[in-house]
Amino acid sequence: MKIKIIENRKKFFTFSTILVALALVSLVFKGVNYGLDFTGGNLIQVKFEKTMELKELNPILDEIAKEIPQLDNNSRKVQVSDGNVVIIRTPEMSEDVKNNFMKDLKEKSGEYDLLRSDKVGASVGEELKSTAIIALFVGLILIVGYITVRFEFKFALAAVIALFHDVIIAVGGIALLGYEVNTPFIAAVLTILGYSINDTIVVFDRIREVLRKKKVGSLGEAINLSVNQTLTRSLNTSFTTFLAILAILIFGGASLKVFITTLLIGVLIGTYSSIFLASPLIYLLDKDEKLEDIGHN
Amino acid sequence: MRKGYLYRIIFVAMVVLSAAWFTMTKPVKLGLDLKGGVYVLLEAKPEEGQRLDNEAMGRLIEVLNRRVNGLGVSESSVQKVGDRRVMVELPGITDTEQAINMIGKTALMEFKIQNTDGTLGETLLTGGALKSAAVSYDNLGRPQISFEMTLDGAAKFAEITRNNIGKQLAITMDGVVQTAPRINSEIAGGQGVITGNYTPEEAKNTASLLNAGALPVKAEILETRSVGATLGDESIAESKTAGMIAIGLIAVFMMVFYRLPGVVANLALICFGLITFATLNFFDATLTLPGIAGIILSVGMAVDANVIIFERIKEELRFGNTVMASIEAGFKKAFSTIMDSNITTLIITTILFTLGTGPVKGFAVTLTIGVLASMFTAITITKVLLRGFTMLFKIDKPILFGVRGK
Repeated sequence: MKIKIIENRKKFFTFSTILVALALVSLVFKGVNYGLDFTGGNLIQVKFEKTMELKELNPILDEIAKEIPQLDNNSRKVQVSDGNVVIIRTPEMSEDVKNNFMKDLKEKSGEYDLLRSDKVGASVGEELKSTAIIALFVGLILIVGYITVRFEFKFALAAVIALFHDVIIAVGGIALLGYEVNTPFIAAVLTILGYSINDTIVVFDRIREVLRKKKVGSLGEAINLSVNQTLTRSLNTSFTTFLAILAILIFGGASLKVFITTLLIGVLIGTYSSIFLASPLIYLLDKDEKLEDIGHN
Repeated sequence: MRKGYLYRIIFVAMVVLSAAWFTMTKPVKLGLDLKGGVYVLLEAKPEEGQRLDNEAMGRLIEVLNRRVNGLGVSESSVQKVGDRRVMVELPGITDTEQAINMIGKTALMEFKIQNTDGTLGETLLTGGALKSAAVSYDNLGRPQISFEMTLDGAAKFAEITRNNIGKQLAITMDGVVQTAPRINSEIAGGQGVITGNYTPEEAKNTASLLNAGALPVKAEILETRSVGATLGDESIAESKTAGMIAIGLIAVFMMVFYRLPGVVANLALICFGLITFATLNFFDATLTLPGIAGIILSVGMAVDANVIIFERIKEELRFGNTVMASIEAGFKKAFSTIMDSNITTLIITTILFTLGTGPVKGFAVTLTIGVLASMFTAITITKVLLRGFTMLFKIDKPILFGVRGK
């Protein structure tokens, strides 16, 4: 089986454009659901001794809200899982206010075991956002630099376009799913960056080798040949990584769900882009056909 | 050639054995999210006119350290983050409320004259004049805090009491009046008690705060995270299952798809696991939940280097080369690809490590170690094993590599 990458490039470009457009639509209209780490505030996770339902808990919280406005129906977010585990998110509370709330909750709704209590200041959240953006751009610049040195600027440009494509689709996908994102999400997005570029470079490496050997007539042929030669590797690697991700997703517990789902989307889309998008992009960028002379450099 | 190969076997065996030694003999250090505990991030907020230099931060950390030690938590840590922040980690603690209260309080004790209209005069003496404080009980069994002053402090205290006989002396803690007894006569010797409607618990905490000293700068709590031990245990159990299943699935896939090299890759994968954990232990790195995800992910990526090599070997075999020649050529040609692709991943993990905090840093550390370990195992261990098997069993059939012979 041989995939004709260059001949079908328009189909791949169209498919990618549609995906990116959908992701952007979801980002603009639905937006990313920022979690505690970004917005700041308090999060309390408790396990009640008896089963607890939202119907039962809400009036209690409304009652407490009369004294602690942070627990107001409009500002709190309550989530019940496993029958008796409750997560309550509120705007920032001081230590004393939080302790009062915990006491009130115990009095009014029964004994519980405190599983987790987090507080993040609003300024910390803001910093996290800016750090994330800096990290993303520093990452992109360094990658462009590295590929330009090892390959050609055109390769770097193609790789970075493919990266943007992967990141936008992954973030858009998470926005569409409505998952709440926290610090690990940034790690996941940056990992996608690393993973996708890793995948792409293996293909680029082969294109460079084929061009140097001068066995083929044109860049188009070189790309087709290289992609096909590295196809098994690309698919096998993605598949083994996919197996690891799948295992964490199914058995790894709730705390890693968002992180690992982001990676899952990223790995799938990263594999697609390194095979079907990055290489034809080089072809598109190489209008003046200089790359065929790469062997002389 | 033969001799060189022997040296390599010895080298690999030594690496793997010492890795196994490091992995087995020392338990991995677990992060707060796995072990349970409290994390507090404080920011120094100097008052107007107060300078916040390295020395002031140093004193702040010193006081925080004393307070944390007073809590009696083993493996606690107080670390400076950036210019004006301090991170406090208290693993394994259960009473998070008390811990946070103990850390964040400025605990500035002041002696002031209370005027007849209830207003307070200027500060005459601070908690800095105290030598020690302890809980004691009054005649009615109510808890109170008795204190002893330094020589210098005692002299000042005597002077203050002498000059203010008949007035009320207020003792405040962070601005709140605790007690305001009337001064009947000069108090020499620098000993006294604070009776302020304390519960035994409060009296104990206040005494230990006074002993640790007041914070030299006001510190505001920016972030607190506390995880109960139950949640941590659950996370460990879940990640263990996930890790086992991931490794199992990958091992089966490799054997089915790559035959003999697949078996070799699986052996290399075991070595990879040993080396990764040994390195974590060696650097005393802390394993967090995202860190575990990083390890499991790098298992997936560890196979990658092997896959690149095996695909190359298969290509060489299809050209009709002998098994041994194909192995040599395959490793040689795969090398630059493996380097280039892993270096980009390392660029990313370096950024994550530099800019990230807590959980992100944990992820960056394990992924970096994982990527390096996977490169090492693929390039040295897989090669030694593959050549060893080929020579030992005199393998010359490409079918064992998943390639149909010519």
